[in-house]
Amino acid sequence: MSRLAHLFLALCLVALTAQPVFAVKPDEVLANPALEARARSLSEHLRCMVCQNQSIDESDAELARDLRVLVRERLVAGDTDDQVMDYIVSRYGEFVLLKPRFNLRNGLLWAAPVIFLLGGGFFMLTALRRRKAGLQPEALTDEEQAALNKIVGRDD
Amino acid sequence: MVETGHFALVLALTLALVQSVVPLYGARVGDTRLMQIGGTAAVTGFALTLLSFAALTVAYAQSDFSVANVWENSHSAKPMLFKITGVWGNHEGSMLLWVLILTFFGALVAAFGGNLPPTLRANVLAVQGWIGTAFLLFILATSNPFLRLSPAPFEGQDLNPILQDIGLAIHPPLLYLGYVGFSISFSFAVAALIEGRIDAAWARWVRPWTLAAWIFLTGGIAMGSYWAYYELGWGGFWFWDPVENASFMPWLAGTALLHSAIVMEKRSALKIWTLLLAIMTFSLSLLGTFLVRSGVLTSVHAFATDPSRGIFILCILMLFIGGSLALFAFRASSLTQGGIFQPISREGALVLNNLFLTTATATVLIGTLYPLLVEAISGDKISVGAPFFNLTFGAVMLPLLLVVPLGPLLAWKRGDALAAGQRLMAAAGAALFAMICTMIVVDGETVLAAVGIGLAVWLIIGALTDLALKAGLGSVDANVLWRRLRGLPRSVFGTSLAHLGLGVTTLGLVGALSFQTEAILVMKPKQVVEVAGNAIRFEGLRPFRGPNFTEDQGIFTLLNEAAAPVAEIVSAKRFYPVRQMPTTEAGIKTLWFSQLYISLGDETGAGAAVVRIWYKPMVTLIWLGALVMMAGGTASLMDRRLRVGAPARRKPGKAAAAA
Repeated sequence: MSRLAHLFLALCLVALTAQPVFAVKPDEVLANPALEARARSLSEHLRCMVCQNQSIDESDAELARDLRVLVRERLVAGDTDDQVMDYIVSRYGEFVLLKPRFNLRNGLLWAAPVIFLLGGGFFMLTALRRRKAGLQPEALTDEEQAALNKIVGRDD
Repeated sequence: MVETGHFALVLALTLALVQSVVPLYGARVGDTRLMQIGGTAAVTGFALTLLSFAALTVAYAQSDFSVANVWENSHSAKPMLFKITGVWGNHEGSMLLWVLILTFFGALVAAFGGNLPPTLRANVLAVQGWIGTAFLLFILATSNPFLRLSPAPFEGQDLNPILQDIGLAIHPPLLYLGYVGFSISFSFAVAALIEGRIDAAWARWVRPWTLAAWIFLTGGIAMGSYWAYYELGWGGFWFWDPVENASFMPWLAGTALLHSAIVMEKRSALKIWTLLLAIMTFSLSLLGTFLVRSGVLTSVHAFATDPSRGIFILCILMLFIGGSLALFAFRASSLTQGGIFQPISREGALVLNNLFLTTATATVLIGTLYPLLVEAISGDKISVGAPFFNLTFGAVMLPLLLVVPLGPLLAWKRGDALAAGQRLMAAAGAALFAMICTMIVVDGETVLAAVGIGLAVWLIIGALTDLALKAGLGSVDANVLWRRLRGLPRSVFGTSLAHLGLGVTTLGLVGALSFQTEAILVMKPKQVVEVAGNAIRFEGLRPFRGPNFTEDQGIFTLLNEAAAPVAEIVSAKRFYPVRQMPTTEAGIKTLWFSQLYISLGDETGAGAAVVRIWYKPMVTLIWLGALVMMAGGTASLMDRRLRVGAPARRKPGKAAAAA
């Protein structure tokens, strides 16, 4: 059903904007290609607030357009990428970031893959070692040793 | 007819109840006749569900708007194809399709499971019966598609225009065949836990079902991805949407299950892994169903309307996942240990594969659910989107992709990594060469893209190396080589093709993501623009009227070096009056494996329009790779040893002749 949901999503989006417009429009594009490239890559990390799971770079919504223009204004004003992001987060909250920040609250999120890999790997290695150890023959008991000695005809 | 369908569905529920209880009890007390009722109930239940589904389809085909579901999702002017596909283009109908496929698989087990041990067959069918009961109850209680309207409206509300596409005919059925197909692996796992016995023969029975489900799911996801790519009009093919992730997680877990079952079949090892993965894969399918239909996630979709549905599915989810995991915890320790192996061995490589794939699954799962978790605990709203998944999922998959070609070259029990590495020198050389070429020819700055291309070549050549070595390349002459290649088991081709497909998809991803060219501009009629060496002329706008829509078509011509027209590309903005909804229809021209993708925007006056043109190099390889993977799966399914129903029973005639 994933794609359907996606299409519904797009549909809601379209319904919101009343008429379909483009994600990035020609009149938004900055003259300076280096700045424009930075604007595009920043846009991909910013969520369109009214359309749930799209970045402002690919969204048609008016709000996304406003954010795109805002990002470009800040860049033209000479902000660094981080300053632009901080500015937008200060206005719209962390919800706007598609890549959550590294902090304590998001610790589990970021650490999960590492925890899984290391934990799983450790668990498997110990299991392997334990099994291997389990396959080592145990030492003979005194009676067994005595019986064996008797069979091979040794006496000590 | 509609009432017949409704009645058949209720009858299917009662049969599912019989199927849940009687064979289980029969297996417990050793009564063959009670056990056999399971098969009869499964086949009859399927027939009844089919009847019910047919009744709804007929209501759609006849545009019977006295049925609420038809009125909500259909229109008399809609083309017949979309009337039929509209049956599953909504929550109620798609649930019915879900159950139809579930009972279909149950009936297949009943029909082809004659050579299963009778108690295992009875238990498997009983577990299938539990799932069937739960979902039939769900449909009848909360999502009944057969409810009537009185008085009947004259005209329907039409199907969501975006869904009026051939994609709807293929994508959901394929996806469901995959999702629900994993229920068979699940039922086998639970039945094995109930019996407390699991062996290599069990794995041999389970593998074809898993493989078939995996093939369908691969196709369903790939198809869905291509559908969104051409329909949504901005050229994206994967969005890490929660609902998309919901279909991707069972695929990842299912892939691990597939590999794990190989070890279990051949070496009787990894029993715990296989059982757990079988349970997890279907659980993730159920979780996907829950996420899509309950509306708990901030993904916008029309299914999220009724909270009682969400709670109902949540109960089903807890019952099945909790129950099976509890059974697993209770019984797993009693399973006998299988074959032993060194860490460097085929088994070891497959364990590593399991570890990485489950980690990847967990990464996607936690990323999908984390915003919910944070909001529940602290009330803060955060987003986890594509940039996060690309980074973390990529980081987990990269090492896995690096070792994929090594795995099949290692021997069982005790392998030699160094020797396997040496055999892959050609593949490594080719990968290095491809990387250097990419750096020199295309762009010296995008190291990541070069690495990606190298990785793809490594996977492709690595897969071919495996095949060549197994045929005896280098040690025998061409004649023998050919004969031996043809004599190789089909499952060897399956492995090779599937891994090759992975490489092809990787190549497509890297190509489309790293090397695409984009042009955003206002074009006047007869204006020519060059995108990545392709000259495109805008001919102008022209109105067009379809059966239930109107559209503005932008006509573009692809020109060759001599400025002569080569092909016409039509990109359109469509409007569906019934739902007052516009859609975009991208104009796509495939050039070998690459595509030109044209999206039409607003008219700016004097016949000029805003146009967005992409050149996406190698983009079709993303989906072609999936097709190759499916071909690999199919080849493996054709293997004598794995044919559904294997191991074959001796024919009675033959036995009689021998006697």
